[in-house]
Formats: sequence, structure tokens, C-alpha cells
Amino acid sequence: MVNITIDGKPIEAREGSTILEAALENGIDIPHLCYHKGLSRAGACRLCGVKVRIGERWLNKEGHAPHSMHITACTTEVGEGMEIVAHDAELKKARQLIIEFLLAANKHDCMVCESNGVCELQRYAYELGVDQKNLRFPSPEYTEPVDDSSEAITRDLNNCILCARCVRACQETTVQRIWHFYGRGGIDDTLPKMKLIAGFDQPLAETECVSCGNCIQVCPTGALTEKLAHFKGRPWEFKKVRTICPYCGVGCQIELWVKDNKIVRVYGCEDAPDNKGALCVKGRFGLDFVSHPDRLTKPLIKRNGKFEEASWDGALDLIADRFKDLKDKYGGDALSGLSSAKCTNEENYLFQKFIRTCFGTNSVDHCARL
Amino acid sequence: MGDTKIRKPEDLEKLRAEGLKLISPDRSKITVGMATCGIAQGAKEVFDAINEEVSTLEANIIVARTACIGYCQAEPIVEVYLPGKSRILYHRVTPKKARELVSLTARGEIKREWTLYSIESSVEGIPPMEEVPFYKKQVKIVTRNCGFIDPRSITEYVARGGYFVLAKALGMKPEGLIDEISRSGLRGRGGAGFLTGRKWAIARNAKGNQKYMICNGDEGDPGAYMDRGMMEGDPFAVLEGMTIAAYAIGANQGYWYTRDEYPLALEMITNAIDNAKEYGLLGKDILRSGFDFDVRIARGAGAFVCGEETALIASVEARPPNPSPRPPYPAISGLFSKPTVINNVETLANIPQIIQNGAEWFSSRGTQSTKGTKVFSLVGKIKNNGLVEVPMGISLREMVFDIGGGIPGGAKFKAVQSGGPSGGLIPEEFIDTPVDYEHLEALGAIMGSGGMIVTDESTCMVDLTKFFFDFLKYESCGKCAPCREGIRQAHEILERITKGEGKDIDIETLDQVAHMVKDFSLCALGGTAPNPLITTLKYFRNEYLAHIKEKRCPAGVCKNLITYKIDPEKCNGCHVCIRSCPQGAITGEKKKVHSIDQEGCIKCGGCLEACKFDAVIVE
Repeated sequence: MVNITIDGKPIEAREGSTILEAALENGIDIPHLCYHKGLSRAGACRLCGVKVRIGERWLNKEGHAPHSMHITACTTEVGEGMEIVAHDAELKKARQLIIEFLLAANKHDCMVCESNGVCELQRYAYELGVDQKNLRFPSPEYTEPVDDSSEAITRDLNNCILCARCVRACQETTVQRIWHFYGRGGIDDTLPKMKLIAGFDQPLAETECVSCGNCIQVCPTGALTEKLAHFKGRPWEFKKVRTICPYCGVGCQIELWVKDNKIVRVYGCEDAPDNKGALCVKGRFGLDFVSHPDRLTKPLIKRNGKFEEASWDGALDLIADRFKDLKDKYGGDALSGLSSAKCTNEENYLFQKFIRTCFGTNSVDHCARL
Repeated sequence: MGDTKIRKPEDLEKLRAEGLKLISPDRSKITVGMATCGIAQGAKEVFDAINEEVSTLEANIIVARTACIGYCQAEPIVEVYLPGKSRILYHRVTPKKARELVSLTARGEIKREWTLYSIESSVEGIPPMEEVPFYKKQVKIVTRNCGFIDPRSITEYVARGGYFVLAKALGMKPEGLIDEISRSGLRGRGGAGFLTGRKWAIARNAKGNQKYMICNGDEGDPGAYMDRGMMEGDPFAVLEGMTIAAYAIGANQGYWYTRDEYPLALEMITNAIDNAKEYGLLGKDILRSGFDFDVRIARGAGAFVCGEETALIASVEARPPNPSPRPPYPAISGLFSKPTVINNVETLANIPQIIQNGAEWFSSRGTQSTKGTKVFSLVGKIKNNGLVEVPMGISLREMVFDIGGGIPGGAKFKAVQSGGPSGGLIPEEFIDTPVDYEHLEALGAIMGSGGMIVTDESTCMVDLTKFFFDFLKYESCGKCAPCREGIRQAHEILERITKGEGKDIDIETLDQVAHMVKDFSLCALGGTAPNPLITTLKYFRNEYLAHIKEKRCPAGVCKNLITYKIDPEKCNGCHVCIRSCPQGAITGEKKKVHSIDQEGCIKCGGCLEACKFDAVIVE
């Protein structure tokens, strides 16, 4: 453990953790937008700039550059004896200005934004008291057309603050490398102002995007959103249900956002040890079958060439009887079992146990072996 | 071709003897300065004319080329060597003059009227180089070979003492080398001024078998060309310094990073690397020391930010050049995550000299904190443009007025900008400040890589700041929010002010933006970008106030705030201004007072320049 203080509060920080992680883990928020747990350290938004002192030495005044840059909490690891000033009037003023810049860079509109209420830019604008109406800098009209070419992901660059979370998530988590930045800081005929592009500046649907939606999950604003969830509920209206993805044996932990008994959005649980927030296209966008009208919710038994609804007990009894008949007539080896990767390890264990002991055969296999 | 490999000191001695003959042959030699500055002024045509004339006359004259001797103002410069007699430099040579020079040289004669100065010889009526004001206060250590040798010739480099130092260095312990550099007090010449010896020691002690040595020749400052001058003029010195540095830190692979916009420099360094390999001074088992070192060239696409070391590393790795947060510092984890030392071209060119002459010799020049010399590119409103190498601690006044010769046309000095586009503007009241890292920084400027732009009273400080911000806005890599958005928004405000649409609150906003961008940006680009703004707000606040409150541009530069008028007292109706006006906005009969139609005037200033009677006035 490393002993530090943040704003005078003594903290025992994990070794190797950054100042920001230590703060967050101890219930202190330092404003941040580009940092996201599990992604590489970027230091791009600069909101988490802090002042750090060890003894009498101010770290930000040292260094090699002829200027006194503030240290970003998200990129600096804790060191023994660090005294960190994370909040003071000067830092607040600078953070307000950064938020003001970000608000002025695009035409942000929270009215019907899907992220309204969970938007981190909105949150810090509110917390730091930056009113969009009083910006000192002109902000443009809606300049970027919304890209809704993809089946799953809507890209609205009017909300993009260039934090690079999606770029990193796509590169580091999904390893698909769809998102990139194009351009630099300036505006010029030859080089436009930096913007988020997909592939070679294509509509998202024309890229190799696998629609895992991990970019949506990390996006701090409403720049990347679930297309199918649009206008199906505001964040605060949802009931959040934590469960496990039914698709494969990885067992990703997910949080369902449910409204009117329908699953509208799915998020990976970031504290889950297996998926750490990441999901695949099936887990994130493939749970709509749950409320599909064609879905079977009761067992059907075919009688006289027609399916009839039955009770679970009745259906299971019938299955058991028929298996028993076959085993009595032809022996256990006439039967076999094929299990599914959708089941958990425990279920698969029970399945093979059942086939071996009840059927009396070793003919048991699993789809993942094929 | 025989075996050219250099293996022992005797081989070097042999090469030196050959080289001396090349530099001072036993027949006449005409050398043309063919660096980019020379070529831009017509050196290529001069060179061709000389060659043609020599073959026409069948003269017994060697025609050679060299690079820039620093006096860019006087290009094309031609050196004429008459064996045993004189070595004289002629300036502003035209092809016509060149042809005449050839016939004069063939007869062993000198054309006194065209001479600039003489070198290593005393000829009556021609000042020796050391007495020319431009050179008087200069100390040539780094640029000692520039303009003196053919930059393509390793032989001539060796003749001037080159590669003997490498032989000496390879006989020393790496720790000894690092100690020597540390004691010399050499600080990185790329701008930040980090102690070179300390950087080497960190990389030397860093864990890892694979280490890299990078030469930073990116040089993106507009108006600065010190590194280009070095790479074009003496690439072997940089390469030798790089090889010594690699040996000291334990690197076997080097990268020489430079921008593709420097084609001549690229040609020269490619040639230098190839030559050094051919002579066994690069590659396996250099000088039988067991030390291997190879250098590859990494060509950049010319982004300003690539001079920042973490961005440069990203660029070498073929990633977009976005700086990354430090720590980890490149000396611990740099190129391909291996310990990497990145030194600037000029820093490396210093290394052989320090190893040869010792740390004490080097540190005897300069100030308490900053040792040695520094190459500056002295440009702007100044008589003698050029590359100058001065001892640290020289005053700005000496640089501008003694070396630079002051402001042309008797105009009044206004400010000098030190450190490229992100340097600060230093006003006249501080012109006696000694040049070193600390003093410049205290004034809000930086040493930078050595760009020095002189401005006079005809320069509008708001407009100049806007110009730098236009550049910086474009060059900001866009990664971090303060730099990307802050510079852009500050530029918009400056744009408004110069258009006469400034608001009272603008100065306060600019002030806040400048300081935030300086303190919160990710890398040194954003960290220094606000310097021109901060310094002009501090030293030239009145100009901002004049633009905002009085809608007036005191220097008469900002088009929206000025009007051109004709002084009826002075106008004699000569029609010259009428002919000069591209818009036809000036009318008047011959021999009668003319007048300018303000609606049609585009404020190009053509009439102002055209009028010989000072009758056009700016209000």
C-alpha cells in the first residue's frame, strides 16, 4: 500500500494504481472524461489535472519542460508521500474552461439525447456550473450528419468530445480497430478539424465493425448510442437487472435495462471478473428474443399431428417415459447426449453425469468440441 | 574498389592526409555554397555557370560544393581558393559574375569589389572573416565545418578532425563518456534543455538488452533552420555524435528522424550513413572495438508535433504522431517500449567536440546554468539574416544589432521572438538580457530550438500573435482538449480583434485561456503555444486595447482597422499609385491630387509602396 493524501484526506492506495483510481476507489471524484477503467491511459481531456507535492517538491513545477504543466491524475501512478491537491479554486476555473471548450466545440443538445442523465459531459457541466447559454465562445450549428447506417450503433458526432474512449475500446478490447481520428487541431482546407471516423471515413455499416457495442458502453456522451433503444426510455426510467448472458459458456455478466417488462439496453458489468464490461454482438444486441411474440413460453406436445400446450410436468414425464422405453428395448448405448455451450460449466457437468448414470452410456458430447 | 574500411588510427591518418589535399589542393578551387538557402537564391545556376565556364576555358580549376556558411543574406556565396595565396568569399554571385570569376581565378586574380571576406589568409583590402561584424561575436563549434567542407565527403570531414573522436570514445568506458558529457553541462538543444548526460545515464541504467538512439531532426518551427543547416552542412558530425551516444547508452540501432520537406538534408544524411558504412564507421565491429551500430532514416510527413519526443516515437513506429503522457520517459520506455534516447541534431553535433576537447573546455563558455554555444536562425526585420552560433549568455542586443546589423531602413526595433512560433516576444526594455534557458524563460519566452525572429515598428503584435496561433491551431495534434480547443478559440478571438470586432472582455478571456492551455496541455506544444499570447498581452497590452477600444491598429497592419489616404500636400499627381492599384480604386488627373475610393480599396498597400513622395498615408 502507498500512503498519499488527497485534498488533505489520508488514503492507502493500491500500489501501481493511478492517482485517479486511488481517488475513485476512496470515494473522491476528480472530474475526468477520457479515463475509463480497463482502457489504456490517455491523458487527453486534461480535466483531472491536479497539483502534486512530495515533501517540499511540486512535481508539476519540476520536469524537463519549460512550463509548469499540471499532472493528470489518470496517468500518474501514486507514489509514497504524495500530497495531492485535486480541488481548489484555480483547478476548478481551469476545468470549467475545458468544459466550456468542449461544449462550444459542437452543438450539444440534451433535449432528446439518449444519454441524458448518464452523460458524463452533462454531469461535469452541471457540477462545475458551466451554463451552455453563457459560453464565451461561439459554438457551431449541427455540422455533422448522424450516421445510422449500422444496424446496431448510431454515431452522432455532434456529441463527440474526442476523448478516444471508443478508439481505445475498439483497439484494445475488441481488437477490431474500426474507430480512428482523422485530422488535427486546426481547421483548414487540406486538413479538417479532428473528428472520429470509422474505417477509412466510411459509414459504419461499410466497415468491418462487428457491432459489439463496446464503444457505446464506454462513450461518455451520446455520440455513440444503441440504435434500437432510441426513444424507448430515458435512463432513469429503466429497472436495472443484473444477470448472466444466456448465449455462451463465458458467462459474461450483464445488466439489463428493462422498461415495461422489455429489455431495451444491455450493458456489460464492468466489475465482472470475466468480461470486465465487454460484450459481443449477441449479448449486447441479441436479447430481444426474450419478448418476441413467437417465442415458446410453454411446452408443446404433438398429438394427432398437432402441437398442443402442455404443463412442464406433463412434458417432462413424457420425455422420461420415452427415453426409458428406448433404453429398455435397445440398451443404454442406443442413446446419446449432445450438450450446448450456452449452458454453464455446472450445467454441463450435470448433463454428462445424467447421461452416464441415467442413460448408462458414455456417448456424450458438446457442441464446442466440434 | 579496394578495401576502404577504417580499422585503426593509422587508417584515419591516411584519410586525413587525402582530405587535406581535397580542401586545399595544389591548384585553384572554386566552391559554391549549395545549401537550401543558397539554392533558393540561385546557387545552382551559379554552380552550372562555373562548371560551363571552366570547361569552355579549359581552366585548371576544381569546382566543388559546400553548404551554408551561415551568412544566408549574402547567398549565393562562392569561395575561391588560390593555392598558397588566398581563400576568398564572394557574395551575391550571379551566373554572369560567376563566369567572370572563373576567368579571373584562372589568371590568379581577385575581384575586390565583390568580396565578402577572406579565410585563413590576409589579402589587403579584404577583411578576414573574424573581423566581419556578422562573425565577430560568433563562436563556431557546432557549425565549424558548415560551409568549409563538402558535406558529402567523409574524407574532408576526417581532414577536419572527424572520427578521431569516435576512435577515442570507443576506447573509453561508456560511463566515462557519460560522466564527461554530464560534467560539460550540455543541455538538450531541442528546446527543453534537459541535461544530456543525465538523459544518457538514465537510459544506460534502464533495464533491457535492446536500446535505441534517435536523432531528432524534425525541426518544425517556421523560420528556424538550424538543424537543416547542420544536416546539410555537416551530417558526419551529427552521425559521429550519434554513434558515440549509442555507444554510451548501449544502443545498437539508431534512427535518424527528419522531415520529408528537407530533401537536401535527407540526401546528405543518406549519403553520410552510406559512406560511414562503407568506411566501417557504422555497422559491425566499428574500429575493431566490438561495438555494432546501425542507423536507419525515418522520414516524417512534416507535422510540427513530431518534434515532441513521444510523438516522434509514435511516428517512427508508424502510428499517428500523438504525444503520450510521461512518465514513462522514453529513456526508460521509448521506441517499441525499449529504453530510448532522443537527442536533437545540434546536441549530437556538440558531442564529438566535447569528447575531443574535454568537459572543462566546453563549460568554460556560457552562463552559470547554460554552457557552450547555441545556433540561432536570425530572421525577420533584420539586416543580416542567417545562421549564427553564439556563446550562451550573449545579450539579445548583441545578437540583433551587432551580429544582425540592426533593422533595415532605419526602422525602430520592437521585439524579438525567441523560440519559434511558441516562443515569447521580448520587448526592447529587456534587450540586454543574456541568452540562456533561465533568462529567456523568466521573460516568458523560450530558447526553443533556436528560432529568433526580429520585428520592428511596422509589425502589429496582435496580428503577429494571430499568425502564430494560426500555425499552432493547424499543428495542434488534436489529442488533448486544452490545446486543440484552446488555441482554436484564442485564434478566433484574435481574428475578431484584428477585424475590429473585439470586445472588452476579450483580453481577460484570452488571458485565462492562455494560462489554462499552458498549464493543462498534454505536451510541450500546448505547454508553450500560449507564449506569444502571454508575452504580447504582458508587454504590448496597449496594442490590444487600441484594437479593441479605439478600433485602431497602431502599426497600420490590420486591414479592417486602417484606411489609406493621400496627403494632398505631398501628392504631385504622378499617376504611379493609380497604376499600382489592382482595384482601380485611385482616381485623379495627371498633376492633380489623387484620391482613394474607400469602397474599392482592398488595403493591399500597393500604393503605399509605389509612391515615391510619401504621399500615401495610413490611418
